[in-house]
Amino acid sequence: MGIVQIIAVIAILLLLVKPLGTYLYYTFSNEPNRSDRIFGGIERGIYKLGGLKKLEGMSWKKYTISFLSTNIVLVAFGYLILRLQGGLPLNPNSMGGMDQSLSFNTVISFITNTNLQHYSGETGLSYFSQMAVITMLMFTSAASGLSVAVAFVRGVTGKKTLGNFFQDFVKSHTRIFLPLALLVALTLVALKVPQTLQPTLEVSTLEGQSQQIAVGPVASLESIKHLGTNGGGFTGANSSHPFENPSPLTNVIEILSMWMLPASLPYMYGLFAKNKRQGWGIFSAMMILFVLLLSLNFYAESKGNPAIHAMGIDASQGSMEGKEVRFGIAQSSLFTAVTTAATTGSVNNMHDTQTPLGQITPLALMMLNNVFGGKGVGLINMLMYAILAVFLCGLMVGRTPEFLGRKIEAREMKLIAIAILIHPLIILAPTAASFLTDLGQGSISNPGYHGLTQVLYEYASSAANNGSGFEGLADNNTFWNMTTGLVMLLGRYISMIAMLAVAGSLLRKQPVPETAGTFRTDNGLFTGILIGTVLIIGALTFLPVIVLGPIAEHLTLR
Amino acid sequence: MIPLKNIHEEIMEQKPVSKGSYLLSVVRLSAVLIILCGIIYPLASTALAQVLMPSQANGSLLKNKEGKVIGSELIGQNFSNPALFHGRVSSIEYKAEASGSNNYGPSNPDMLKRTSDFIAQWKIDNPEVPIHELPIDLVTNSGSGLDPHISPAAALVQIPRISGLTGVPSETLKELVKEHTEGRDLGLFGEKRVNILKLNMALMERSSK
Repeated sequence: MGIVQIIAVIAILLLLVKPLGTYLYYTFSNEPNRSDRIFGGIERGIYKLGGLKKLEGMSWKKYTISFLSTNIVLVAFGYLILRLQGGLPLNPNSMGGMDQSLSFNTVISFITNTNLQHYSGETGLSYFSQMAVITMLMFTSAASGLSVAVAFVRGVTGKKTLGNFFQDFVKSHTRIFLPLALLVALTLVALKVPQTLQPTLEVSTLEGQSQQIAVGPVASLESIKHLGTNGGGFTGANSSHPFENPSPLTNVIEILSMWMLPASLPYMYGLFAKNKRQGWGIFSAMMILFVLLLSLNFYAESKGNPAIHAMGIDASQGSMEGKEVRFGIAQSSLFTAVTTAATTGSVNNMHDTQTPLGQITPLALMMLNNVFGGKGVGLINMLMYAILAVFLCGLMVGRTPEFLGRKIEAREMKLIAIAILIHPLIILAPTAASFLTDLGQGSISNPGYHGLTQVLYEYASSAANNGSGFEGLADNNTFWNMTTGLVMLLGRYISMIAMLAVAGSLLRKQPVPETAGTFRTDNGLFTGILIGTVLIIGALTFLPVIVLGPIAEHLTLR
Repeated sequence: MIPLKNIHEEIMEQKPVSKGSYLLSVVRLSAVLIILCGIIYPLASTALAQVLMPSQANGSLLKNKEGKVIGSELIGQNFSNPALFHGRVSSIEYKAEASGSNNYGPSNPDMLKRTSDFIAQWKIDNPEVPIHELPIDLVTNSGSGLDPHISPAAALVQIPRISGLTGVPSETLKELVKEHTEGRDLGLFGEKRVNILKLNMALMERSSK
């Protein structure tokens, strides 16, 4: 039954890819279309209020500066609100202001679409902060990522310009995130997710004890949390909390919400490239890698923990520590794989408690960082690997590599090498560094090899802008707030800027005509080479540390 | 309505922008989106939810016969009375002002000790049930620490104890568990489960008759 559930969800996803990808294409191709009639007026109003008179195409530098400066303004606003929340309205539970290092970490975490949370929502944020900072940054960071991805696609596919950041940014909100978020939020309320401004409730339980129940505007945050592949929960327990994710049905809705946009982007890319097979090739590579890693997690979690089996109980349900009964293994395992593939980082089961082999799945998906990936970033990363694959093949046959009719030369390869190398560097270097300090070591809550995985996971999650955690790690202190804050910033912006530069440089090149000798990038062979490239680079950089962490724990667990 | 094809053309006709007004635009646009996404959207969602679906929007609260709220059907409660059905292990004892668990790794000695201690205590409290029938969900901590459900098997193994203490016949209790077993969603998604709070409410109602 577990496998049938998983196949059913994947089937629904496949049905959504084409219509959604087409819609994304029409949104961002800026050709007049029917949706202008609904949204055009609102957008005009927003441009006017924003004082935007010209919406002309931008150079890659202008696009990058617009993207960065908007992000800086939003983050500064968020920081102020978090520090001052104690004196602001909508604070029925009387939260005080957040301290400096935690506020720094929190705003960075949300603007970079990471949503690593070193605070706990119920006890650290006012309702106003949950709305005006957390929910707001969930929208704007997702829209930023999507805009950059669209600009990159325009560059790679040889459109006239990369487009206008402000226009892409506004349209991402008005045509995609806001309407979808409202729809999903109300659906979730119908399925019992709370949406209220009342303070924490106090009830007398069936046995006559007192129980306080935290509530709040959960549904409106929950919907954009997944649609924007953000992942930061309203509550500390994130989507395992029955208020955030009350039933298997809401679980499926949340899975599809975070998965459908990243999965539709390759199709949109195919339409921009005027060759749908290019899009399907990228999509297939992502899906194959995804299914491989999902299978590992599902297998390991179904099999369970041998140390508990040895106690003689009925362990046929699998590894249930840290999981919810309503989800069981199938819905937990699928959630884990999707949330780390799409770099959402919400969790409906605790990744810290998974079996050692099961832990490899979320780790590997964050280390690869290109299997669907977060809003936009995953597609950029996969296209980056596609260019690398073309380059490697070019080296083998001794021809200047081409991608979509444009020559790939030294400048592009240098930028791509930077983007590919920065990711392992900002995971492995701080992991090693934190083991050299008492501050880093002191936060580990699980002894043995698992402790290594806890630290590794924290930095992998920060670098991939995922945001899930091995939450046992005592991470709310200056050391972790600062180091993960920096890793999140580098992980987000370096590769984005490098890739915008690649897009800008490709745009300036003369297209070369396709000949019989051109290496095709729209067939099964190329998909296979792409998967191979991703796996070889991933294994070369990360296999040693995976062996030291999860595999060592697996071999010693009995 | 103005034909929308003209939007872009109309905007293009203006003169070039200076650096100062460009930066001002960034701030103004950010402010508009902060208000739209951070204030209007959540408040509009709240208003719609409160008007259309007030019961769900306020936490799906359960009331007893006297009309007093005794909890939420979605949030588990701590049951210590051996004559009631017990839920899963919760390191936070179902205190729902916060949520979460210890996040014990699979090799964590504290977790293994907690589990073996639980099993030893279970053997004493439930001498009638062989240990290999004890389902794993009952001995493990849920992720949220607030799991309102147990598996049907985990409810059934508690029947001999509850029947012995309350005098309610096993068959009646089995019927009760069966009535409160929820199927998979749409017959496909998730697992079969029993809501402990609702089950215990029904049990107490029966015992008080």
